[in-house]
Amino acid sequence: MKIAVLMRAVPDPVEELELDGADLDRDFLGYVLNEFDDHALEEGLLLKEESGGTLTAFALGSADEVEQMLHTAIAKGADTAQKLGDDLDPVDAHAQAATFVSAIGDGGYDLILSGVQASDEIDGQVAMLVAASLGLPHVSVVVGTTIGDGSLRVTKEYWAGITADYDVVLPAVLGIQTAREAPRYVAVARIRQAQESGALEEVEIDQPENSSGVTITGMRLPEAGEGAEMIDGDEGAAAGRVLEILQAAGVR
Amino acid sequence: MSNDILVFVEHLNGEVTDATYELLATARTLAAQTGGSVEAAVIGAGATGLAASLGGADRVLVADTDALGAFNPQGHAAVFSGLVASREPALVLVPYTSVGMEIGNQVAVANSLPLVSYCLSVDASTGLSATCQLYSGKVEADVVVDGERAVFAMLAGAASADDGRSGGAAVAEDVDVTIPDLAVSFVGIAEPEGGDVDITAGEVLVAIGRGIESEDNIEEAQELADALGAPLAASRPIIDQGWLPKTRQVGKSGLTVKPKVYLALGISGAPEHLEGMRDSATIIAVNSDPQAPIFGVAHYGWVGDLFDFIPELTERLDG
Repeated sequence: MKIAVLMRAVPDPVEELELDGADLDRDFLGYVLNEFDDHALEEGLLLKEESGGTLTAFALGSADEVEQMLHTAIAKGADTAQKLGDDLDPVDAHAQAATFVSAIGDGGYDLILSGVQASDEIDGQVAMLVAASLGLPHVSVVVGTTIGDGSLRVTKEYWAGITADYDVVLPAVLGIQTAREAPRYVAVARIRQAQESGALEEVEIDQPENSSGVTITGMRLPEAGEGAEMIDGDEGAAAGRVLEILQAAGVR
Repeated sequence: MSNDILVFVEHLNGEVTDATYELLATARTLAAQTGGSVEAAVIGAGATGLAASLGGADRVLVADTDALGAFNPQGHAAVFSGLVASREPALVLVPYTSVGMEIGNQVAVANSLPLVSYCLSVDASTGLSATCQLYSGKVEADVVVDGERAVFAMLAGAASADDGRSGGAAVAEDVDVTIPDLAVSFVGIAEPEGGDVDITAGEVLVAIGRGIESEDNIEEAQELADALGAPLAASRPIIDQGWLPKTRQVGKSGLTVKPKVYLALGISGAPEHLEGMRDSATIIAVNSDPQAPIFGVAHYGWVGDLFDFIPELTERLDG
């Protein structure tokens, strides 16, 4: 099985965000691998191991952290990785999808995996935009796969823990929510090895152009703690107040 | 093109989902702005029987076919895309759910329409614009859409489902269904299995999120939960890491809980999580990020380090 995994760098979800006009203030923003893409990589690696196939990881060079992300993917078991462009300005999901589609080209991939969503995809989900533009079948919100006879059995989560199984004839695109196993850990020494392996290819591309027809004109941070009583003081004061609240609610 | 609003009807096990009724409520407001009517497209085996429950629409397009016995990401998208092409509605509404996500992207690309995701509200009074939630609910963005037509994927809670349920009887219209050769086939559905602990039964729930940082720290949260006699629940990242079983998950893909007190520790409050706990009687949130959206639904909040807070509260409860 020949597998492609599409990975995105997204603003670190634990960081406090600041705004600059109609965008985030990106000057000091840290980026991490989109957590769902991490699961897509893990599911891809499991399938590669089971099928004796190959896996290539792709990412747009839109943040300094991207090289490290791709080296980590190689250290975990990706055969090759492609960094598409360097020092690119962030672009919408349509432009990302179009860039991935050009990079995948006619590479003959049986399976294209990416995370089910990313926190900045205002104009659609990259995995499914790729599927639609390649005219490939797709299943999204995938929480596990099993290799079948001539097809792939895919478990899709609906909601509230309800899941459905589908048989998918390859080639196909999957939007992964959760890999069937937690993303594997990889030692720093292995990542260093990957850096020296030459498995990361840097592909020169022009800055992609937004093409979704959706333009952000303004951004706001929702009013923090609107309506909430914010507790002042240190952890002792907080614990004391919480105990009072528990007592008032009659659960203590 | 028409001035109409076309709603994708999501249904499971013979029932129309609340997400669909919310779309119908939103569509009614939008139809008043465009001067058009509300159409609802219901696709799949048994669709005819569902038309009667879609009085919130003016017209129900019924694509009843045994060939689509259950939701099929490829088949339903193809049929709905065809309806968008032939009816040419101004606006298309899909829910931002597991089902709607597959439909929205496919339909937008097939019909060369812009797609706006994570929508909290849509306005069609002058041009098309929307307010959307980005970065896991940390940012609200105003967007404008080029052109006069677009697909909008609406977040849960954007309108009241009850408002979409009201209304008389819609006119039902059977539509021709052409289904392409399908590379995706439905095998079966599975309901969740019961777990060791029922988190929906607790009067108090201690819930942990990404802020717990590592599996080793779960023990400390468990001690607090034990001191309270409460089950330990979690948001999705914790479950996905395999640190707690799926039965402990609160939110869209997990369980909906309504305890007397919900203590959220290190949970930022992504929309998918809020969907599963916002109706708790009292919500207390502890988070190091003062901008965390969880404080938007909490009744009480403390900004600080949860590893300072947890032992302090555990000690007071034990003491």
